[in-house]
Amino acid sequence: MPTVMELYQLLPKTNCKKCGESTCMAFAVALLSRKKKVPECTPILDESFKKQKEKLESLLIPTAGAEETGMIVHPELCTGCGNCVVACPVDVANDPHGAGTGCAPTNDKVIFKVIDGKVVAFNIKECRRFGKNKVLCYACIDPCPTGAIEFV
Amino acid sequence: MLFGLDNSTSEAQAKGIALAKKLNAAIDDTSSFCQGQLIERALLKKFRTCYLEDVRNNADVLVYWGSDAQDSQPRPLSRFSVFPRGESRQRGYEEDRLAIAIDVRESNTAKICKGHFYRIPLRGDREFILALMEALSGKVPKYDPKRILELAGFLKKAQFGVIFAGIGLTYSIKDDIDVLVSLAQMLPNFHVMPMVGQYNMRGFNEALFKETGFVNSVKFDGKPVHDNKYSIVEALKAKSIDALLVVGSDPLSSLPRSVISHLASIPVICIDPCVTLTSKIAQVTIPAASSGFECGGRAVRMDGKVIEIPKVVENQYLSDEDILDRILDVV
Repeated sequence: MPTVMELYQLLPKTNCKKCGESTCMAFAVALLSRKKKVPECTPILDESFKKQKEKLESLLIPTAGAEETGMIVHPELCTGCGNCVVACPVDVANDPHGAGTGCAPTNDKVIFKVIDGKVVAFNIKECRRFGKNKVLCYACIDPCPTGAIEFV
Repeated sequence: MLFGLDNSTSEAQAKGIALAKKLNAAIDDTSSFCQGQLIERALLKKFRTCYLEDVRNNADVLVYWGSDAQDSQPRPLSRFSVFPRGESRQRGYEEDRLAIAIDVRESNTAKICKGHFYRIPLRGDREFILALMEALSGKVPKYDPKRILELAGFLKKAQFGVIFAGIGLTYSIKDDIDVLVSLAQMLPNFHVMPMVGQYNMRGFNEALFKETGFVNSVKFDGKPVHDNKYSIVEALKAKSIDALLVVGSDPLSSLPRSVISHLASIPVICIDPCVTLTSKIAQVTIPAASSGFECGGRAVRMDGKVIEIPKVVENQYLSDEDILDRILDVV
């Protein structure tokens, strides 16, 4: 996952404000949280910045698959242990006798399900990191020893 | 010698024990070089033990000792121990449960335990237990006092604690396993659970214990005799067996190379649902139905609870139980 600083170093660093942000650093933050896209920075489309633009786009590839809450599930790292399914407080509230007690989910209101040995995210709008009253919840990241769930 | 039966149903194990009895053979399973000593003490009620449901409903301190449960067992943390909500543990793992890992390396279980991982040197378990016992009795331990006193504080405060004793701990203290028993006796709220390897190993140990009073390495010679020389490793080393019947196990892969050479000079019969190294060198191989999938029955879970396992798919293979039954008829 790229850092804000890595993205910033590749930008023109002129603070031209053409993108609508006040500084290039602010634009880098917006890029990482997927609120802005690379072409919105007009100076970088110039031929002299071609290499930097390509590198910037390649750095942003891992964030492309993120859900609206910024959640990325890496299926190649997931072992299907189901820790996140059981630990997620939303899953527990929506399915207290299934996922809440450590069993498999019994309804479709849960966020995580293990399908074919890999975790898949559903109902992403139920996530505590989504919406107006969002909180910085770590309940699904901490129980994952392989780092298969990430937020960007 | 009859070896294995840990991956068979309890019914098949009863038939296996009956067969060994009839032939005056020796019988052993993988617990002789696995968790046999701990299970024997659990069956003799040397320490408290509990069901996994009790762990889920009540446990607040969970100690994974020499065990990487996250990687080596199917869903132990998410199904029964750290993450699920229980009757008196409703607030989730962050507030209600404390997971502690004691291991020689930072395993995936230790990563989940985050700040409560105690790394110990190889074979340092005995020293660690003695230091912990000193700390529990109010003395300052010589070995890493700060961390040990912190751990002793957690253990003392526990309302319902469980020590999941893995193979790492058992191997390390195998000459003095009673040191763990004394530690368990110092912790009145703690339960000890041996983390077994095969799914029905405890079932075999319980069945043989009921029949003979010993959990493994038994020779039927009119009456059952228990001796270490009847364990698979010692018997192969001493070349004291002249035929081996293996049921659902793979000694060729799991035993040291120095002792398995004897297998080449004796007839080996293998009953297994899979193709293994042992089935390849066996003179007779009988393909069996895999239990819990192609044939049903009962099995004993690692905490001692009997579980009914249903048959899921139809197939033409005989179960271990039927095969052993037919052999028993012929004998």
